[in-house]
Amino acid sequence: MNKETDKVELLHKNYIRSLQVEKRWIRFYQAIIFLVFFSSWELFSTKQWIDPLIFSSPSKIWILFINKLQDGSLLTNLGVTLTETVFGFILGTFLGVLLAAILWWSPMISKILDPYLVILNAMPKVALGPVLIVALSPGYPSIIAMGAIISVIITTIVVYTAFKEVDPNYLKVLQTFGATRFQCFKEAIIPACFPTIISTLKVNVGLSWVGVIVGEFLVSSKGLGYMIIYGFQVFNFTLVFLSLLVIAVFATIMYQLVDFLEKKLIKE
Amino acid sequence: MSFLKVQNIQHTYFTKDSRTTALSDISLTVEEGEFVSILGPSGCGKTTLLSIISSLIKPTQGTVLLENKPVSTANNDIGYMLQQDYLFPWKTIEENILLGLKLSKQLTEKNKSAALNLLQQMGLSDVEKQLPKQLSGGMRQRVALVRTLATEPKLLMLDEPFSALDYQTKLKLEDLVSQTLDEFGKTAILVTHDIGEAIAMSDRVYLLSSRPGRIHKTFEMPEELKTLSPFNSRNHEAYPSLFQTIWKELESLEQGNG
Repeated sequence: MNKETDKVELLHKNYIRSLQVEKRWIRFYQAIIFLVFFSSWELFSTKQWIDPLIFSSPSKIWILFINKLQDGSLLTNLGVTLTETVFGFILGTFLGVLLAAILWWSPMISKILDPYLVILNAMPKVALGPVLIVALSPGYPSIIAMGAIISVIITTIVVYTAFKEVDPNYLKVLQTFGATRFQCFKEAIIPACFPTIISTLKVNVGLSWVGVIVGEFLVSSKGLGYMIIYGFQVFNFTLVFLSLLVIAVFATIMYQLVDFLEKKLIKE
Repeated sequence: MSFLKVQNIQHTYFTKDSRTTALSDISLTVEEGEFVSILGPSGCGKTTLLSIISSLIKPTQGTVLLENKPVSTANNDIGYMLQQDYLFPWKTIEENILLGLKLSKQLTEKNKSAALNLLQQMGLSDVEKQLPKQLSGGMRQRVALVRTLATEPKLLMLDEPFSALDYQTKLKLEDLVSQTLDEFGKTAILVTHDIGEAIAMSDRVYLLSSRPGRIHKTFEMPEELKTLSPFNSRNHEAYPSLFQTIWKELESLEQGNG
C-alpha cells in the first residue's frame, strides 16, 4: 500500500519536473531569439551590411533613449500618447456597447441602421482624421476621437451579435416573472455577454493604438506618433525606432493588463 | 366558474412565404388545485399553448381567462418551468431563487425566508451560496422549481421539466413536484410527450393531434390514481391498461398524419 503511494508520488514529481524543464527550454529559446535579433542588428549595422542611417542600431537607440529620458521629452510624449490611447479605448468600447444596447433595444432601429453599420465598418476610419482634426481642433479631443472611432463600430457589431445570441429561454424565464425589457437587459443580456465585452476590450487596445498614432502623425505636435513622424522628416531613424520600441513595450503592457482584468473578472 | 378558462384558441405563425397554424380551436377548463397534462406528438404546438396561457404570446384568436380576468405576466399569476433549469449561471442559488421576487419588487424578509425554507424542504440545504454549475441536474431542476414557486403563482406551467433528466432522478422529482404542488394546493398544467408521466401525475390528460394542434381526446384519470403519488400510480393495476389506451390513440394519430 505504502509502496504504491510512494510510486505515484514519485511519478507526480517527475511529471512536475518535466513541465518545469519544458518551461525552461521555452524561456531559453525566447531569450535566444531576442539576443540574436538585437545583436545581429547591432553587428550588421556596425559592419555596414545594412544602412546604419536607415536601420540605426540598438546601441544608438539606447543612447538616444537615455538622452530623451534625461531631457524629459520621452516621458512627456509617452504620457500624452498613453492618455490618449487609454481614453480612446475606453470611450470606443463604452460607446460601442451603448450603441449595441440601443440596437438590441429596438429591432426597428437595428434594421434601419444595418446598411450604415456595414458601410461604417468597411470604411477605413483613419481617413476621417483630417475632418476630426478640423472639427475638434488639433490636440487631445481629435486624437482621442480617432482612438475611439476606430474601435466603436466593430465593438458595436461584435457585442450586438453576442446580445442576440443569448439563449431566449433566459429571457422567457424573466418574462414569466413580468420583467421589463430593461430588467431583461440588466439581468440576462449584460452578464451573459460579459465575456464577449471583455474580449472586445483586448481587440480595442490594439485598435486604439493605431488610431492614436495615426492621429498624432496628422496633428504632429506631441506624442510618440509625433516623434516617429518628426524622426522621419529630419531623417533621424534612431528616433523612429526608439518610438517604435517604446510603443511595442507599452502596447504589450496594456494588453497584458486587460488580459489580467479578464482572468480576474471571468473567474468570479 | 372555472379557475382557468381557455376559449377557442387559434394561433398561426406567419413567415414571408408560409403560414403555419400551430393551434386550432383549443378550449379547455381547469379547476383550482387540478393537475392537467397536455400530451401530444412533437410539433403539435404544446409549448405554444403554454406560452399563450401564460400570456407570453398573444394568440391569433381566442381568450384565456384566469379567475375571470385576462392573464398578464405583470401580476405574477403564472409560474413557468422550462425543459432545462435555465438557472442563471452567474448568480448564486440564493440569487436565482429570489429573482422573481426581486423583479416584481416583492423581496421582503418574509418572502425571502419563505423561499429559503422551500429550498430546505426540497432537500437542498447549504447550497444558497453555491453556483448552479456546482449542482447536479436533478438538484438544479429542484432549484428551478423553488424559483418558480417563490413568487407564489396561482397557476404553474410545466414545459417538459423532467425530460432532460435521467430516469431515476425523473421519477424522484415527479413525486417531489406532485407532493409540493398538493401541499400548496397549486393548479398546474404539464406539457409532456411521456405517456407514463402524464398518467402518473395528472387528474386529466388532453391528447393533442398535430399540425394544427387540436384536442383529439380527453382522458379523465380514475379516482384511485389521482390520490396516489406518481411513483405508486405507475405500479397501480389500472396503469397498464390506461397506458395502452393512450398509446393506441397516439399511434393512430401519428399514422393518420404519416
